[in-house]
Amino acid sequence: MNCTKCKTKAVIDLPRHNAAFCQPCFTTYVHDQTAYAIKHARMFGPDDRILVAVSGGKDSLALWNILLKLGYKADALYVDLGIPGYSAKSREKVERFTDTIARPKGATLHTHTVQEEEGAGIKELSNLVHRPTCATCGTIKRYQFNRTAVEQDYDVMATGHNLDDEAARLLGNVLHWQEEYLDKQNPTLPASVEGFAKKVKPLYRLSEREMAAYAVLNKIDYIVEECPMAKGSKMLLYKEALNRLETDSPGTKHRFYFGFLDKQERGAKATQSMADKDRASLHPCAACGQPTTGEICSYCKMMARAKVSK
Amino acid sequence: MRVLLSHPERSVEIKGPKKAKDVLRELNLVQEAHLVIRGDELITEDELLKDGDLVEIRPVISGG
Repeated sequence: MNCTKCKTKAVIDLPRHNAAFCQPCFTTYVHDQTAYAIKHARMFGPDDRILVAVSGGKDSLALWNILLKLGYKADALYVDLGIPGYSAKSREKVERFTDTIARPKGATLHTHTVQEEEGAGIKELSNLVHRPTCATCGTIKRYQFNRTAVEQDYDVMATGHNLDDEAARLLGNVLHWQEEYLDKQNPTLPASVEGFAKKVKPLYRLSEREMAAYAVLNKIDYIVEECPMAKGSKMLLYKEALNRLETDSPGTKHRFYFGFLDKQERGAKATQSMADKDRASLHPCAACGQPTTGEICSYCKMMARAKVSK
Repeated sequence: MRVLLSHPERSVEIKGPKKAKDVLRELNLVQEAHLVIRGDELITEDELLKDGDLVEIRPVISGG
């Protein structure tokens, strides 16, 4: 199989585009798709300061790499969750990437260690507050990324969510008719109220397989293992189902998610309506000042429960 | 050929020659969820794998 663009030997085939690419043409394709996403979804400009949420996985490290290659001012935050046998490995991958690629380009890594800041690792915290580990992890990560972005004056926070992440999340929301979550599936979420950072997903046009191939081809050393806490999660099940459909009918994931975005754009201006809804329902948390719909935000409630249970 | 698999880590012997897509099919793995790597090189699904090749089939879902 030869490269669709330059006709040399291909290293990856992309059935959904009816194309195949050699290494240099594939890297160009990934950079072009990301640059198009940033421009099309009005994510950020060349002078904005970006905070990338990194986990040691392929998507977040590849995103940081791409943004630096495209010339953006991108720093990163890593949240060490204290997962035995996993967090130490993922932290090592992030630190190695920082030392060898990011820091030489002038970028900075911020680190938040849950054990030090919250007084317990993620497993212990989720036991104390009687919530699933993934839900506790999500609350802590969202809170700490937003807090760092706001406190350190970043213009925007970027996550490595790819097309598969968004399609699987959409499938889950549609299967359970969680319409209230659909507004939040836009690749650009505005800083709707004081205390909320703007959030963007520059990899939403690229599939999980494409991102893994980009990491392999560009020698980005990432954590290949799945998070041990995620075993049996519904998101993995939805991804597996979508990948079976995609293999038989290439382009399924793209049509599903982009069809949704098109409908959303044609209907009420989603981003705008979400900003309006946020302004109407959010106010500062009485404990920490970050935006919340209740009197106390879910992070502060969770930490208060964890302290009582100790 | 020796084929390395993840989640959990293990290796299996598969008789060659076989195209990468046929190796995936034999192992009941979907193409969209995997990369096929021969030695250090990523390869396309029509590439012929031979006895003696060291092949890694890497799941694309990872991290968390």
